[in-house]
Amino acid sequence: MTAARAAVEGTDRAARPGALWIVPAALFFGVFAGVPLLLTAVLSFTEWNGLGTPHFNGLANWHRVVSDDAVWESLRVSLVFMVLCWLVQTPLSLLLGVWAAGRELNRAVLSSIFFLPLLMSTAAVAITWRVLLDPNFGLAATIGPYIGFPDGNIVGSQRGAVAAIVVVIAWQFVPFHTLLYQGAARQIPQMLYDAALIDGASRVRQFWHITLPQLRNTIVTSSVLMLVGSLTYFETILIVTNGGPGTATMVLPQRMYLSGFQSFQMGYASVIALVLAALGTALSLLIVRFSGFGKMHSTLEGI
Amino acid sequence: MAVLRQERPVPVASGRHRGRTRRRLRRPNWAAGAAALVWLLFVGVPIYLMVKDSIQPIDAYLNGGPLSLPHSLTLDNFGQVFDSGYARYLVNTGVVTVASVALTVLLAFPAAYAIVRSHSRIVSGTFRIFLAGLAIPAQATIIPVYLMITRMHLYDSPTAIILPTVAFGLPLSVLVLSSALRDVPRELYEAMTIDGGGSFRLMWSLALPLSRASLTTISVYSALNAWNGFLFPLILTQSPEQRVQTLGLFNFQNEFGSKVPELMAAVMLSALPIFIVYLFARRWLIAGLAGVGGK
Repeated sequence: MTAARAAVEGTDRAARPGALWIVPAALFFGVFAGVPLLLTAVLSFTEWNGLGTPHFNGLANWHRVVSDDAVWESLRVSLVFMVLCWLVQTPLSLLLGVWAAGRELNRAVLSSIFFLPLLMSTAAVAITWRVLLDPNFGLAATIGPYIGFPDGNIVGSQRGAVAAIVVVIAWQFVPFHTLLYQGAARQIPQMLYDAALIDGASRVRQFWHITLPQLRNTIVTSSVLMLVGSLTYFETILIVTNGGPGTATMVLPQRMYLSGFQSFQMGYASVIALVLAALGTALSLLIVRFSGFGKMHSTLEGI
Repeated sequence: MAVLRQERPVPVASGRHRGRTRRRLRRPNWAAGAAALVWLLFVGVPIYLMVKDSIQPIDAYLNGGPLSLPHSLTLDNFGQVFDSGYARYLVNTGVVTVASVALTVLLAFPAAYAIVRSHSRIVSGTFRIFLAGLAIPAQATIIPVYLMITRMHLYDSPTAIILPTVAFGLPLSVLVLSSALRDVPRELYEAMTIDGGGSFRLMWSLALPLSRASLTTISVYSALNAWNGFLFPLILTQSPEQRVQTLGLFNFQNEFGSKVPELMAAVMLSALPIFIVYLFARRWLIAGLAGVGGK
C-alpha cells in the first residue's frame, strides 16, 4: 500500500547519491576536453609558435585563413570525401547489415570475417593498403592495367588517389556501419515479413516497403556518424597518400596538423580547428533536425 | 528487463525459432550470397596479403607477385621487428590501455549512477554537458591539449596520452552506463535501503552487479580506443622510449618502408592481440564496438 502510494507520488525512500558523485568525471572531462575547446577559440586570436607564450594578434589569423586558397582547397577536398564516402558506404553497409542479420550459419561465419577490419588500428589498415597500392610490387601493379592505370600507379593520379582513399576508408568503416544495421534489422518484427509473404510480396518489395522504412532511425544515426566522422579523416590520408599527389587529398585536419605542428603557427591552426568543430556540430544538428530524428518516433507505431 | 535483455537467453532462442520458420518459408537468397562472396574477396585479400607478406622473406615478396601462394616461410621478420624495439612499444601501449580502461570505469560509473539516481540539478546539468561533448572532435582540441600537457610537464609520458584519451571517451561511456542503470527497478533500491544500505552500498552491491554487461561494453570500447589511438600519441610523445604501437608502425613505415615483410610483421603484431581476443570473446567485443551506435 505504502509502496504503491510512493510510486504514485513519484517519491521513494531509497538512498540517493548527491551531486558529489559526478564531480570527478565532470572535472576530468571539463579540464581535458571542455577547457581545450574554449582555449582553441582563445588561441585563434593569438600568435604562438608552440614554445614561447601566446600573444594576442586580434583577427589576423582569421583574415589569413579566409584569404588562404590552400585552406579553401582543403575544405573542398574534405567535402568531396564526405559526399563520396557517404555514397559508397551507406548502400554497402545497409545491404550487408540486412544480409548479416539473417540467422543462417553461413551468414554468421562470413560476417565474423567481415568484422575483422574493425579490430585493426587505422595505422595498421592504412599501412597494409599502402603496401597493397605499391605500383611496383603491390596488388596495384597487377590489377592497375585492368582499371585504367597501365603503370599500376593508382595513387599517383589525382582521381586514383581520391578513389583509393575512399576505398580504404570503406574497407575500414563499412564493417562498423554493417554492425549498426545488423543490430537494427534484427529488431524488425518478423510478423511484418510474414504478412508480406502471405500477400505475395517479392523479396525486393519487402526490402523497399518493410526493411528500409524500419531502418530509418539507424540510417540517420549511421549517416551522422559517417558525415561527422569524415571531417576527422587524418591518419589514413597521412599514411596512404600524405595529402598527395600535390594537394589532391589534403583534407582540413592534415592542413591543421601541418600549420600547427610542422610550421608551428598554432594560432592559425586553431582557426582551422574551430572551423572543423563548427562544421561537425552544425552538420549533426542539421541532420537530426531535418530527419525528424529528434522526435524519435518509434518505428513500431501502429503494430 | 535490462538484465534479461543483456543475458539474452530469450531473444536468441526466439531468433533461432524464427530462423527455422523463415527457412521453411523462404528460398535461400542466391544473389545475396554471391554478392557476399565478392565482399569476402574485398575484405579477405588485404588480410591475406598482410599475413602472407609477414611470413616470407623479402626476395619471395619481391619476386613472387602479390597474389602468389606463400613459399619459403619464415618467422625471421617478427624477430627483426622485435629487435627494432617493437616489444617496448607493445608494452607501452598495454600500459596506456589498462590505465585508460581503469580510469574510464572509475570515473564513468559513479557519474552514471548519480545521473540516474540523484535529484540534484547540478547532476542533470552536467549530464547535458556530457551529451554535448559527444560531438566534440578530438582534433579540434589538440593544440590546447598540447599546450596544457607541456605546461603540466607531462609531455612525452604515458600520462600525457592517457588523460585526453580518457576524457574524450567519457561522454559515451557515461551515456551507455546510465541507460543501462535506468533499467534497474527502483524497488530493488528501496528494498536495499530498508536493509540499511547507503548510497555507496547501493552502487557497489546493486547497481554494479546489475550493469556488468554495459561495463564490459565500455571497457572493450575504451580499450580498443586506447590500443589503436594515434593522434594523441603523435602530438604528445616524441621519444622511442615512450612510443606506442601505432606510432611505432608509422615510424617503421617512414624509415623502412621498403622492408615490406618486416612492416607487415609489425602490423600483424599490432593486430594479433585483438584478433585473439576476438576469437574467444567475439560477442563482448562486438557489443563494445556496437555500443556507440546502439544507444
